[in-house]
Amino acid sequence: MLSSVFFYLFAGICCLAGLMVVSSRNPVHSVLFLILAFFNAAGLFILLNAEFLAMLLVVVYVGAVAVLFLFVVMMLDINYSELREGFQKYRSLGLLIGAVLLVELFATFFEYSGNVKSLPSPGAVHNTKALGQVIYTDYIYLFQLAGLILLVAMIGAIALTLRKRSGVRKQVIADQNSRTRAETVKLAKVETGAGVKEAS
Amino acid sequence: MLADITLAHYLTVAAILFVFGVFGIFINRKNVITILMSIELILLSVSINLVAFSAYSGDLSGQIFSLFILTVAAAEAAIGLAILVVYFRNRGSISVDDINVMKG
Repeated sequence: MLSSVFFYLFAGICCLAGLMVVSSRNPVHSVLFLILAFFNAAGLFILLNAEFLAMLLVVVYVGAVAVLFLFVVMMLDINYSELREGFQKYRSLGLLIGAVLLVELFATFFEYSGNVKSLPSPGAVHNTKALGQVIYTDYIYLFQLAGLILLVAMIGAIALTLRKRSGVRKQVIADQNSRTRAETVKLAKVETGAGVKEAS
Repeated sequence: MLADITLAHYLTVAAILFVFGVFGIFINRKNVITILMSIELILLSVSINLVAFSAYSGDLSGQIFSLFILTVAAAEAAIGLAILVVYFRNRGSISVDDINVMKG
């Protein structure tokens, strides 16, 4: 019964964190609650014997996506109070649509009569190994496509945010390397007490 | 005291998270960052659904799909935030109401 206790713990915190994500006044708090929700969802995945996905959720979502959100929220200098103007206006509409959606979803899966009632015990093969055995054979093209999507996203993000600013002094390595000794160094025989007349 | 955890329990959690995500899109109509976070919540709930079905039916395909959802969500967040940063750099605001340059 320990797993039931953990299920209710993870599920409860996950739902509360999800509510706080959308209703928090400060976007930084929203991102932090999003991280909490991801951690608890990872706990739910572990209860479902999906350890690899749980680890991936923590590494990818919390480690990359949520931190990216945190960077953007902190980097952009935005007056968040004026972004919340429509909060009261749309809340009733949002609650209505949310309630309708929730009722529909519940109606759907209480009608669902799956024959599986309890979680099957994990097989002899470890979850990560089993996923690897499937993903590199049956789903190899989809796996390559996922890599391509990530590549395109990476190139797109870099191409979007890269900018050339005028009036900024930058080091040009090629110019520095192509200088010759003749055009930069000049030997001068200086008389005692005379000094150097011209600097160039 | 506590009943055995069935598939319906996991589906309930996922449904509640999904509804919170949709609700978040509705109430934060001006704040693009919160809308993106709501989309992440929705994708997370779909992931929970897929993994729960996969675990309870003893089939790994659901977890593979969840893996691809994770990939697409990461790509979507990166592109979305990049567009947001560029938009903020050009306009000095991220209000959804201001995004009407293409309207003509």
